[in-house]
Amino acid sequence: MSIDKDTVKKVSRLARIRLTDEEMENFPGEIDGIMNWIEQLAEVDTDNVQPLTSVVDMQMQMRKDEVTDGDCRDAVLANAPETTEGFFVVPKVVE
Amino acid sequence: MSELIQGETGAWEIVIGLEIHAQVTSKSKLFSGAATEFGAAPNAQVSLVDAAMPGMLPVINEYCVEQAVRTGLGLNAKINLTSVFERKNYFYADLPQGYQISQFETPIVGEGEIEIDLPDGSTKMVRIERLHLEQDAGKSMHDQHPSKSFVDLNRSGNALMEIVSMPDIRSAAETAAYVSKIRAILRYLGTCDGNMDEGSMRCDVNLSVRRPGDEYGTRAEIKNMNSIRFIQQAIEYEARRQIEIIEDGGEVVQETRLFDTSTGETRSMRSKEDAHDYRYFPDPDILPLVIEQSFVDSINDNLPELPDTLKHRFIGDYGMKPYDASVLVAEKTRAEFFEAVAKGRDPKLSVTWVTTELMGALNKADKSIEESPVSAEALGGLVDLIADNTISGRIAKDVFAEMFETGKAAADIVEEKGLKQVTDTGAIEALIDEVLSANADKVEQYKGGKEKLFGFFVGQVMKQSQGKANPAMVNQILKDKLNG
Amino acid sequence: MTHLTDLTIKQALDAMEKGEFTSVELTQAHIDAMQAAQDLNAYIVETPELALEQAAASDARRKTGEAGLLEGIPMAMKDLYCTKGVQTTAASKILKGFKPEYESTVSQNMLNEGMVMLGKANLDEFAMGSANITSHYGDVINPWKRQGDDTNLVPGGSSGGSAAAVAARIAMGATGTDTGGSIRQPAAFCGITGIKPTYGRCSRWGIIAFASSLDQAGSFARTVEDNAIMLQAMAGHDPKDGTSVNTPVPNYREALTGDVKGLRIGVPKEYRVDGMPEEVLALWEKGIDWLKEAGAEIVEISLPHTKYALPTYYVIAPAECSSNLSRYDGIRFGQRIDEGGSLDDLYELTRGDGFGDEVKRRIMIGTYVLSAGYYDAYYNKARKVRQLIHNDFTDAYQKVDAILTPTAPSAAFGIGENTEDPVTMYLNDVFTVPASLAGMPGLSLPAGLDKNGLPLGLQIIGRPFDEETVFKVSGLIEEAAQFTAQPQMTASKRAA
Repeated sequence: MSIDKDTVKKVSRLARIRLTDEEMENFPGEIDGIMNWIEQLAEVDTDNVQPLTSVVDMQMQMRKDEVTDGDCRDAVLANAPETTEGFFVVPKVVE
Repeated sequence: MSELIQGETGAWEIVIGLEIHAQVTSKSKLFSGAATEFGAAPNAQVSLVDAAMPGMLPVINEYCVEQAVRTGLGLNAKINLTSVFERKNYFYADLPQGYQISQFETPIVGEGEIEIDLPDGSTKMVRIERLHLEQDAGKSMHDQHPSKSFVDLNRSGNALMEIVSMPDIRSAAETAAYVSKIRAILRYLGTCDGNMDEGSMRCDVNLSVRRPGDEYGTRAEIKNMNSIRFIQQAIEYEARRQIEIIEDGGEVVQETRLFDTSTGETRSMRSKEDAHDYRYFPDPDILPLVIEQSFVDSINDNLPELPDTLKHRFIGDYGMKPYDASVLVAEKTRAEFFEAVAKGRDPKLSVTWVTTELMGALNKADKSIEESPVSAEALGGLVDLIADNTISGRIAKDVFAEMFETGKAAADIVEEKGLKQVTDTGAIEALIDEVLSANADKVEQYKGGKEKLFGFFVGQVMKQSQGKANPAMVNQILKDKLNG
Repeated sequence: MTHLTDLTIKQALDAMEKGEFTSVELTQAHIDAMQAAQDLNAYIVETPELALEQAAASDARRKTGEAGLLEGIPMAMKDLYCTKGVQTTAASKILKGFKPEYESTVSQNMLNEGMVMLGKANLDEFAMGSANITSHYGDVINPWKRQGDDTNLVPGGSSGGSAAAVAARIAMGATGTDTGGSIRQPAAFCGITGIKPTYGRCSRWGIIAFASSLDQAGSFARTVEDNAIMLQAMAGHDPKDGTSVNTPVPNYREALTGDVKGLRIGVPKEYRVDGMPEEVLALWEKGIDWLKEAGAEIVEISLPHTKYALPTYYVIAPAECSSNLSRYDGIRFGQRIDEGGSLDDLYELTRGDGFGDEVKRRIMIGTYVLSAGYYDAYYNKARKVRQLIHNDFTDAYQKVDAILTPTAPSAAFGIGENTEDPVTMYLNDVFTVPASLAGMPGLSLPAGLDKNGLPLGLQIIGRPFDEETVFKVSGLIEEAAQFTAQPQMTASKRAA
């Protein structure tokens, strides 16, 4: 399982990260190295082992159905780079 | 019973599966305490969690879990005591976290089935594959500005139940019946208000075509439909579109499409250069959801009577026709209206007057049962007058029409217009004698064998009495007189 | 007269209680120290005015007889904790200028106990690193130097700024977070004490998430006792964090009895790795001896899956972070790069420019291991191995009450060393990652010096929610080790 430029391109697209030419040069090798090192996990016998979902040994805690939050538009918009009339603004999306 | 479509080269079968997104009737969101009410100012119902600010964490709303279980029970489905929330990762302006919290491998509800009512009165079972809880996304508006879109996150984080059917549906009519039944079940349970125009219930239609007996074809998905009428139109169009493609030698592309209500056509939603890889994995901020069987049982014990149970009861106890029963139970308010009328009254009369007369008048006037000018009590009053022979069925129709117009009570109208039925034997005898003596020639003909004339005599008597003579008595006495 | 910046938290609390000095005086001394030590680059943002305001308020409270656990104590806050109205960057360009409208639960807990905040401490970007060399705001310099060598050394990471600040005496204590060792390893490199409590002990609400199933808030201070005080102030159930455990917070100071008689201490054979420096082994032996002498029973144990902990971590942590960092998209906060293109262009440019290399690498690894076709081979596999690692600890705790290991495979190294490839850097966490994966509490304290005069740390790992035993054992080792060495560049030395 070798990580090549194509894989890096696909993955960076999925992650919405535009890589520089230099990064496209270096990343395949670096990531390939890391993945090769990770391959050793295949040595471990995990038949009949359940994947660990959480180290926390307790029941999920639930909330009552009450309105306790929201109504804080100013706080929600305070750090936004671009807003208008209470909306967040983004480049137009064509569906 | 499949409806096949005729193409140029032969018959085709449509295969449909539906994904219905139903917003849970909770006051606050699935994982945040912000309000869910429709129609608020933009971003007014957004908590820091909904806005996916750095460091924010989800905490589940117990009411939503309960409603999902109730709905699952209403769908006759298996409740999974352990279920897991997973992240569905993708980027879009209305998805602030960059992932939607949903359920993938282990949903809270498993397989079930419901009965749908077809227009010809028959029923069909449609299997449910699963129901899971997930977050709704926010809303983007793309038509307010030439180069920008505006994002409102009020809806972001609302609790949705996604109900997925098996591909058991075979026509637009069946789809309409399925959607109606799901909506009715949700409304009866109170887990979703089913307001399609407010978007609290939306449907994605997965449609493919195939030669009868063949493997499933490639399907296209028509997203975000919120009107049964448009769903049917979309299905008609899309089936034709796919059949044409295949018959022309092409292949149907697996893609997402939207229905354009102005043109009646479906169109492709996005260019499909990259198929979605959602990279589902269990959300590490949320522990597995574990519910007790006792919890499920107590919900089960407290379920209201559901549409199909009511339907079967109406058919069994009231002798209602299946189609009429299905129409009544489609809305709980209608069913309740009927039961209020039918309580302590003749079942047959109640059925006729509600399903034929009242529903007919409401449909014509484009009113819902809630807007009926004739209340259940008032209609019951009319039925009482028929049952005790105060008025005839024929007269009752006129009275009803007046009740519908004016909202007056039946008894008042009968009194005002002097419409009481004539049941006095003597009076009827007198009327009959009049008619017979006025038509002596026809009497002779009748006695000579022309039996059809009986109806003529009855008609004349009714006319003489301005419709008020009791028809049954007229028939009886006339028979006696003619044959005696 | 000890310089105010050389006091421990406990000493300062006692002194202020007696009226020997005020919080304003104590805070001013630390502000001066902080500003004189900017060459260490331990702070991203200094908040001297806010600190003095808080100190004055603290003094006023004290006059009315109220005093919290950290009353009037000036501290550094790792810039991963959202602090209301104060810039919070996670050491990233992508969050430059972000001022949260909310306070993290843990920092609020500390404010409620009277803490004074000197500033936001530097860290590896988004807590990803073991040397604090990936911050957008520059490297942090370890106040320690090798004997006779002027090379700048790394403080460890990711909480390098916090550790350096406490070691250089420009903060009395500091918060950190530990995901794979980010408190324990820098504590060791900087010759101070730091604890990562049990996963779920402290709330994660308002702490910028890196790897949700591993992140945990913790503390740095110069003594075990100071850490006990800090943890008590920080810990506790938070209904806003579904992974926070509802169990009472004990008085951790009361655990410091010094009595380890009969305690069984595990020494895991797998932690004796090839190529480990002699000095590290020797220090470990010393630790074992100290505990034996004090009446503890030493038990050799096996944690068989130890060697797989690092690769397991480097599947799980990137997977979770790749999803946690998707929200950094230029729409609701942080920087935004819009060159008139599409929404996707905006995302790609904003994130491409905003994230540093290590963050990008981890996001890509995470995205890759979760992607179609690879989920079972990597992510699911790693979760299964994690279960085995967890089982190793649970099994061990049938036989022992705590586990003693070295904290790091070496002392602090030079900035620019060990950077040939990412994996070499990852190996710094070989002793700390297993406890993170298993969710166990771990504390590192300085126990000796290496041949270059640099501090070496010992790690004590405990049972879930048994920080008391961890503190007790650590206290004993601290007493035995008598570690009094100080870095060359402390505040009082500069002031002299």
